[in-house]
Amino acid sequence: MKKLAPALIIAALAMLPLIGLNTYLLHILIITIMWSIIGMAWNLLGGFCGQVSFGHAAFFGVGAYTSGILYHKLGLSAWWGMPVSIVVVALFALVIGFICLRLRGPFFALGTLAVGVILRITAENLTGITEGNLGIMIRERTWVDKTWYFYIILTLAVLVFILIKKIIGSKLGYYFVAIREDQDAAESLGIDTTFYKTIALCLSAVITGLAGAFYTSYMGYIDPKVVFALHDISIVVIMVVMVGGVATYWGPIIGSAIMVLLAELIRSIPKLGAAHLTLFGLLLIVIIIFLPNGIIGDIPKLKRLLGFRKSL
Amino acid sequence: MTPLLELKNVSRFFGGLAALTDVSFDVRKDEILGLIGPNGAGKTTLFNVVNGFYAPSKGEVFFKGSRISGLKPHRICALGMARTFQVVKPLQRMSVLDNVIASAFLRAKNKAEAEAIATEVLLLTGLNDDRDVISKGLPLGKRKRLEIARALATKPELILLDESFAGLNPTEQNESIEIIRNIKGNSITIMIIEHNMKVIMSISDRIMVLNYGEKIAEGSPDEIRNNPLVIEAYLGETQNA
Repeated sequence: MKKLAPALIIAALAMLPLIGLNTYLLHILIITIMWSIIGMAWNLLGGFCGQVSFGHAAFFGVGAYTSGILYHKLGLSAWWGMPVSIVVVALFALVIGFICLRLRGPFFALGTLAVGVILRITAENLTGITEGNLGIMIRERTWVDKTWYFYIILTLAVLVFILIKKIIGSKLGYYFVAIREDQDAAESLGIDTTFYKTIALCLSAVITGLAGAFYTSYMGYIDPKVVFALHDISIVVIMVVMVGGVATYWGPIIGSAIMVLLAELIRSIPKLGAAHLTLFGLLLIVIIIFLPNGIIGDIPKLKRLLGFRKSL
Repeated sequence: MTPLLELKNVSRFFGGLAALTDVSFDVRKDEILGLIGPNGAGKTTLFNVVNGFYAPSKGEVFFKGSRISGLKPHRICALGMARTFQVVKPLQRMSVLDNVIASAFLRAKNKAEAEAIATEVLLLTGLNDDRDVISKGLPLGKRKRLEIARALATKPELILLDESFAGLNPTEQNESIEIIRNIKGNSITIMIIEHNMKVIMSISDRIMVLNYGEKIAEGSPDEIRNNPLVIEAYLGETQNA
């Protein structure tokens, strides 16, 4: 039964557009799935390999701009951005890795934070390539209806989920976790820590970049403040994983559902909308204190708490 | 015959402090070489230099006849040298089995093979009953053995054991002596740091003594026991009035 659960969930999700969801709900679903992909990518590097990045917006933005620039400068379909971004983001991640992966722990986090900010400023000022703050607009939308966007992002999410599960069960996964638990021990056990950290970073970056490339095609408009945003992307992805459960398979998915729904809910409340970041911050504090392993990671604790309430 | 491990005039400085001064020795195949010395004598620093965590400031290290000084620890491990840590470093949130599988992947082609190597090593070190325990929850004695198990899973020719007996009760010590004899029986060469004289005298073929970063003696356990320099290093200078 448990083995069937993922298949059933995917089947149920795939049926959803057929029952005629309205556009708004479909949009929420697409954004949730996109965030769970970014969350899974961050989780691979930060959760399993222990390298906490505060700059994932950099990879998201590079993926998004790969699509945007292909369309805007070369006149290609923005969809080409998805395959092309794999190469572009991987090369970019290699450079970032070469610089940042020499740093450990909090210094790596600060390094990646800086990379994200540097890229936003670069994109704002390289007006010849990125159009700066004007942003890039995709004028011809592929589909007016959102159904196909939904199937594309759902397929990508399923592939990423399977890929990560395969990786974590293999030699790579063992090496990633060993590096997270103790880098010196890992090194002395014959693990080339620099090499494997670079692999984790590249995989994570490429997956995030794919989500970015999809974002360009789907939203039809990108500008540096949106796709390279520190608080709206780099920080939110950390929250998605923290809320859902660090180093778990389902954590990023649960986390993104909660975060996206919460953001929409708060935005719909008059006068409170602008305070959504404040509320996110409060939520993070509550999660860290009461569910340090996230919702998936602390399932036994949650069950105990709920059971306790029932018996009262 | 070339020795398995050979150090030639190795020194290591930390700023102005000489942690090792001009240390030369060799480890022969299939022997157990004991390394003793008072606290702060440079024993662990010596392991860190041999294993690649520190490059020697002067001198050279040879393993199986080729120079390894300057190589990174993972390269040296791949060449066939493994070590344990005095302050144990288990991969805390992994089970005992997963700890050993992670290191077995160095030689294994796939997970099944890694698991087979791991099981073999866990049986040898008497940890097989604890294979599913998360290593954070292991008592110290078993964590020390996990260090040995993990090192063995990389299929080394030479294993460096850093105080694998410290903090163990007499029963655990006897078990560990048994394990070390078994390791030697699998024709793995051993270099061991140990404070417990009874243990080191009974298992070592030869013993080397460090004091203030310098080698002050080398020889059979009996020679070391009666060496005046060694007695002085441990008991202090005799006061001649």
